[in-house]
Amino acid sequence: MSNYSAFSIFRHALSGNKNWSRAWRDPDPKPSYDVLIVGGGGHGLATAYYLAKEHDIRNVAVIEKGWLGGGNTGRNTTIVRSNYMMPGNTMFYERSMKLWENLSQDLNFNVMLSQRGQYNLCHSPGQMDAARRRGNVMRANGIDAELFDRDEVRRRLPYLDYSDNCRFPVHGAIFQSRAGTARHDAVAWGYARAADKQGVDIIQQCEVVGYLWEDGKIIGVETTKGPIRAGKVGLAVAGHTGHLASKAGLRLPIETHALQAFVSEPLKPLIDTVISFGAAHFYISQSDKGGLVMGGDLEGYNSYAQLGGLPIVEHALGSAKALIPSLSRLRLLRQWAGVMDMSMDGSPIIAKTPVEGLYLNGGWCYGGFKATPASGWCFAWTIAKDEPHEDNCEFTLNRFEHGYQIDEKGMGPQPNAH
Amino acid sequence: MLRIKCPICGLRDETEFTYGADAIVRRPDMDETNPQDWLNYVFYRDDPKGPHKEYWHHVQGCRQWLVLERNTLSHEIGACRLAREVPK
Repeated sequence: MSNYSAFSIFRHALSGNKNWSRAWRDPDPKPSYDVLIVGGGGHGLATAYYLAKEHDIRNVAVIEKGWLGGGNTGRNTTIVRSNYMMPGNTMFYERSMKLWENLSQDLNFNVMLSQRGQYNLCHSPGQMDAARRRGNVMRANGIDAELFDRDEVRRRLPYLDYSDNCRFPVHGAIFQSRAGTARHDAVAWGYARAADKQGVDIIQQCEVVGYLWEDGKIIGVETTKGPIRAGKVGLAVAGHTGHLASKAGLRLPIETHALQAFVSEPLKPLIDTVISFGAAHFYISQSDKGGLVMGGDLEGYNSYAQLGGLPIVEHALGSAKALIPSLSRLRLLRQWAGVMDMSMDGSPIIAKTPVEGLYLNGGWCYGGFKATPASGWCFAWTIAKDEPHEDNCEFTLNRFEHGYQIDEKGMGPQPNAH
Repeated sequence: MLRIKCPICGLRDETEFTYGADAIVRRPDMDETNPQDWLNYVFYRDDPKGPHKEYWHHVQGCRQWLVLERNTLSHEIGACRLAREVPK
């Protein structure tokens, strides 16, 4: 497999683009691997890549029941940011942000990272105080954050509703300039290609139906393509975490919920940044193709169905109109849903499980996309060394037992509220 | 749009209801001192892919708490009963 470069584009253009090689192989599973990662989304592929690159563990397979990035990697609103303030979260997400900043070069694949900045709007003096505190925590940890008052937000985002009868007037915003968006499919493809190049087998259309056991230890998985043995099995299966954990006899502090996202018909450039509404759960950005990409609340009830209902469509678009009145005549082009592994405190789990041989990367709620690089990096570390890295040492499974929940939003153990 | 057949009000839209929680989970007795029981009650869930029993509150209708059987994969709605009439 050759490196992608400007020269390779030129050279292949001369031969009519007929000689491009496959981006990754399509191997049959070997009988046995050192490490087997279940789930061929961004997190699973990144884990395999960093296992090979950082820890020289190359006898690795990633198995995926559908196609690469067909789950939540391709079902998000592509936002990346690192504006977290709880100990355990802050430096983990900043590690992710730093990996994002060099990811295209590292993978030799353009993930189209666009650091267009992200505004979290504040709609009350209390929210401004909370934003100031968050910004101070970020800056104390070397992460960029700026606090803007109403006039500065109005100068920068003139299309928001600043009228006198606005239900939730804009008081200001906290802004992270290094935040932005990335092309989500490219993240899956880039990690897959880079992992494959390091010798990782990527096996699609291969679903895990159970585990192989020996003396109470997991020694592999039973799949639709037959049994595959492995020294260590890592789960990175997002919304199916609870389902696959239950097959291993594990009960988790996780519920699966569906989350929708929406894309409008394409517009001329309007929103050159990412905006989060502070009065309702709603966020919006504009894709390179011109469509407005929007997300909102969960459906609110447990669901493994990758589809959402109309009440949330109405709720999200109502928020859009309240925030930016000029969108009122806009039509939706597409709508889809993904299933989220909602943890009881809104924070993830990257840890060994009580079952020997099984490692868990889950509980991402709907913050998984931005975390992709650091999630893979830290999960690879945890699998390779059998202990967590400093940046994921708080993401334990037993933190609920000991009262060390990381509840960034202060919602309590209500998975449909995070 | 889910449509739930409330035993009192009949077939109504999902928007009249508020989702409560997993209805399998039982609060331990108040004098229970085993922390594991409380841990399971507060945090741990079965998270089934398939049939699920869950609480819904008919908050914009008869205001009764209901136990609904619903499939989390197909969203197929099954039996719906008043929570107070479901045996503990």
